Amino acid sequence: MKLYELGIAEARRLLASGETSAREITEAVIARHRETASTIGAYLTFDEEGALKLADENPKAVPIAVKDLINVEGQPCTCASKILKGYVSPYNATVIANMRAKGFIPAGRVNMDEFAMGSSTENSALGVTRNPYDLERVPGGSSGGSAAAVGGNVSIAALGTDTGGSIRQPASFCNCVGVKPSYGRVSRYGVTAFASSLDQVGPLAKSVEDAAILLGAIAGHDEMDGTTPREDVPDYLAALEGATLKGRKIGIVKEYSSMAGLDPEVKRITDEAIAKCAAAGAEIVEVSLPHAEYAMAVYYIIAPAEASANLARFDGVRFGHRSERAEDVYTLYTRSRAEGFGPEVKRRIIMGTYVLSSGYYDAYYGRAQKVRTLIRRDFEEAFGKVDAILTPCAPTPAFRLGELQDPLTMYLNDLFTIPSSLAGVCASSVPAGFTHETPERKALPVGVQFICGSFEEAKLLNISKAFEETMK
Amino acid sequence: MLEDNKNASAPKIDVGYVAELARLELTDEERAVFQPQLENIVKYVEKISEVDVSGVDAMMHGKELVNAFREDVVRPSMDREKALANAPKRVGDEFLLPKIVEGAES
Repeated sequence: MKLYELGIAEARRLLASGETSAREITEAVIARHRETASTIGAYLTFDEEGALKLADENPKAVPIAVKDLINVEGQPCTCASKILKGYVSPYNATVIANMRAKGFIPAGRVNMDEFAMGSSTENSALGVTRNPYDLERVPGGSSGGSAAAVGGNVSIAALGTDTGGSIRQPASFCNCVGVKPSYGRVSRYGVTAFASSLDQVGPLAKSVEDAAILLGAIAGHDEMDGTTPREDVPDYLAALEGATLKGRKIGIVKEYSSMAGLDPEVKRITDEAIAKCAAAGAEIVEVSLPHAEYAMAVYYIIAPAEASANLARFDGVRFGHRSERAEDVYTLYTRSRAEGFGPEVKRRIIMGTYVLSSGYYDAYYGRAQKVRTLIRRDFEEAFGKVDAILTPCAPTPAFRLGELQDPLTMYLNDLFTIPSSLAGVCASSVPAGFTHETPERKALPVGVQFICGSFEEAKLLNISKAFEETMK
Repeated sequence: MLEDNKNASAPKIDVGYVAELARLELTDEERAVFQPQLENIVKYVEKISEVDVSGVDAMMHGKELVNAFREDVVRPSMDREKALANAPKRVGDEFLLPKIVEGAES
């Protein structure tokens, strides 16, 4: 086995026994990155010297690829945007400090949709990333670089962020495990904000075990992020012991059973996943999420509204791009932003500004927050009956680069992941099989989503692990 | 039907005007592309007007927390050089900007 093929748990075993070192693993990852830069293209930048220096200082550490919106001191942090080209982080995000204290080192900056807005990584202004299972297809997004790096064995594991599905959908497209933690479980200090009432940082990994280890390393209260409660982080690795589906109640969503637009192969794989859970002893229970059909509409009000406010900080004054054509303060703002932001970011800023503008706030943002309450209540009611909900992760497998041109069609990728994001609960994407190969389409990986209640990551990981074992 | 907004039947987003509010300069081409796209998105999200939300409280965050206090202790903030290192233009310890007051030196 090549060192870059290792997962976290295997790498740690080899590091502990002295069979390899952080430098050897990092060197292998760097060589693999060089070899795949023009094919998969997972990374935007890779400070090889810096990563090797960290590896030498931490000879038992495991290198982790970092989505390019998480600040690592001394490294670029572009958010895949021209507006942050040349920016160098002056500090470490809390997740970086946390993971370094637990035996991980940041190694390489992976691509993403600009400011995490997108589902294909095609909105990156700085590079193209391709799906390692079919180079003509997208890796998903927005954490597409993270997923391509893990799925293509160009990293041991990666950090991504998820606002409406940005860890789970690319994990499904690239055959990796992705975990979106509950809102508040992981600090966002030092993570460029997209939609602050939704954003979470989480792991993309080669196994549920690896995801559990990395999540445990980054999670916890942080006084620099007031949304993180003072709740202890359970030992997620220990939570995997005796992973079982036996006696678990797994919910399937009534409203999803007759849905249009679901790829038949995704439906087949999801149905097979449900059957595997039942065969492993789970009780399958139908649950209802009556307000889920409004989740997309709620999300495309709330997320752009919050993004438009968060991105107001890009004004050409203190950091980021400043237009050469700025004549006064007004054009300093308008032209710096016009030159710096790409089309999807501009659309969302305009959408967000619109729904927050005078006269429209109550009808859009205010109302969306109320419908969001109803969506959360749907989940609370469902979790009164079941341990976890099982759904498709994305409605289709990876699509072709350039295939989806209309923004609204692209948004539909997050149909199954957005409701749980709005509810603030935790969810995983676990590989569930491959589509059948056809003349038009190679065999492509498909993941299913497990959803558990708020701060129930230990249960989520246990169930995800038990499902993973049914795949072996 | 949006009871809070009497003119909701037809998409009415004026992309050029809203972009000005958002301090974004758009080219004519961008405006022509974004206008129908955003009309579509606005039309889509108006689906939420179907939901009866009477008596429902707004959900502001993914986890409802009240008063996340910490001790109010003075501690060092970011080093000045680090904070200025990403400045597009600087002079001494300050960010340099185009002049904003008529007749003043920039």
